Amino acid sequence: MTDLTQRERARPGAGRRPVRSLYSGNASAVMLRGWRATRSTNWLVVVSGFFEPIFYLLAMGIGLGTLVGDVTTASGQVVPYAAFIAPALLAVAAMNGAIYDSTWNVFFKIRFAKLYEGMLSTSLGPLDVALGEILLALLRGALYAIGFQLVMQVLGLNLSWWALLAVPAVLLIAFGFASLGMAITSYMKSFQQMDWINFVMLPMFLFSATFYPITVYPEWLQRVIEALPLWHGVELVRGLTTGDVGWGLLWHVLYYVVMIALGVVFTTRRLRALFLD
Amino acid sequence: MPAPVIVAQDLVKRYGEFAAVDGISFEVAPGESFGLLGPNGAGKSTTMRMVGAVSTRTSGDLAILGLDPDTHGPEIRSQLGVVPQADNLDAELRVRENLLVYGRYFGMPGRLVAKRADELLAFAQLEDKGKAKVDSLSGGMKRRLTIARALINDPRVLLLDEPTTGLDPQARHILWDRLFRLKEQGTTLLLTTHYMDEAEQLCDRLVVVDKGAIMAEGTPAELIRRYSSREVLEVRFGSDRNSEVAERFTGVGDRMEVLPDRVLVYSDDGEAELVRITDAGFRPITSLVRRSSLEDVFLRLTGRSLIE
Repeated sequence: MTDLTQRERARPGAGRRPVRSLYSGNASAVMLRGWRATRSTNWLVVVSGFFEPIFYLLAMGIGLGTLVGDVTTASGQVVPYAAFIAPALLAVAAMNGAIYDSTWNVFFKIRFAKLYEGMLSTSLGPLDVALGEILLALLRGALYAIGFQLVMQVLGLNLSWWALLAVPAVLLIAFGFASLGMAITSYMKSFQQMDWINFVMLPMFLFSATFYPITVYPEWLQRVIEALPLWHGVELVRGLTTGDVGWGLLWHVLYYVVMIALGVVFTTRRLRALFLD
Repeated sequence: MPAPVIVAQDLVKRYGEFAAVDGISFEVAPGESFGLLGPNGAGKSTTMRMVGAVSTRTSGDLAILGLDPDTHGPEIRSQLGVVPQADNLDAELRVRENLLVYGRYFGMPGRLVAKRADELLAFAQLEDKGKAKVDSLSGGMKRRLTIARALINDPRVLLLDEPTTGLDPQARHILWDRLFRLKEQGTTLLLTTHYMDEAEQLCDRLVVVDKGAIMAEGTPAELIRRYSSREVLEVRFGSDRNSEVAERFTGVGDRMEVLPDRVLVYSDDGEAELVRITDAGFRPITSLVRRSSLEDVFLRLTGRSLIE
């Protein structure tokens, strides 16, 4: 058999840094695995997630929108109803794509397929696995979101050139949800616990200023909504697609940066605790 | 003598109050095939996980290829091949893809991985199965694929945890043949088993492990010589009568073990003992003379059978 030279045999860790036992700089191998696996799975499932927000847009935005007419946004801008909910649904598309891969799929891999156990008996560290899986989930979210934004463009729902920035914004949102989703999933032990995730997701989708301005709520409820991640995503994307841009949007960006960091840190720690005891 | 590839000194792994591994010491030389023989729950798998640098020891010293797994986990893992007790093949990937993707985990370049994947498929006698789904493989094929996968990075040590448990006899023999070839090529093997025949076939040297501690160490032949007689006579008198009859044996064999289903008489000449027993008027339902095995060594050391 082909003998390997010492260099080929082992790609050493990322130098003499404290993270080297956590990270071998090879998250791309984990992504490559995910891509190959997705290729051989049922594409119908992947595609169906893409249509969900589009159905909402058609039913609520175009259908219900004829009854609603124009809406005044939180900042006082008046926009057609469809243009009001479309950016929210764009953020939802990113969230859904990211959550599908980072919750149920990850849960199965941890609890049943022993996939990470196998990965972590190679040179890969837990950070490679966490980053690889999160980035892959992010890609799915990004794919949904970019498709959705094309639909928005066709329907004339991008009201400003700032809408171009909605693409990186949506990547950020997907990254945030993928990261947090995988972190939470890694602590879940049973199917019942996994159902709690759905229990949180649906109300968050319905009430995060998705279909009407947050101002309809009493003050205290507004504060609660503003603490949840989807609201920040909705406001960020809505600001960009409607052209209502200000420095305030950076707060939403910061929220996601923190969310990504926390998710990656906790996922890595949890994977290490689970598989490198 | 070349430096050992594995040195374990007073290795301990505790989970809370329970010591799964309780002070194990052994050394494995390069090219050696070393076994941990013991019943389920003896601490074999826990030891393997510590050697595989995926579990930290509670105390004691451990060096794999001269490195401490506490500080050099990734470097050690990159030079090991691991065949876990339960198959953890990637069912979402095809057979050949399993090898390709696993090679990438080690950071190996794609072309090299592809070349080795084909060689290893041939070694594992799975050339025709490259495009098959993992779930369509038989138990023996899955095991061979897992071994092929563990060899993708050309490891310096191959760790095998219960390599043939759950396989039918034919599949076991095919697997043993493959492992024997690796041994001939000079691959260092560390394996755990609770099958004495497997230990006798594959291990140059082994330790008998029970309740997290080592009971004895040596080559299979040495252990048998030290802890058992050359031959064993097995006689059965029926479940209720075995112990009752055995009590009345006098001056039979060097030693006796009374098991629920049979009586074992240890002696250098089993046939002579059988004659002595029948001459004394005992009429066993069945009798069998065989050579001593590691099973007898284990029974002698612990008073229990390997497989319960």
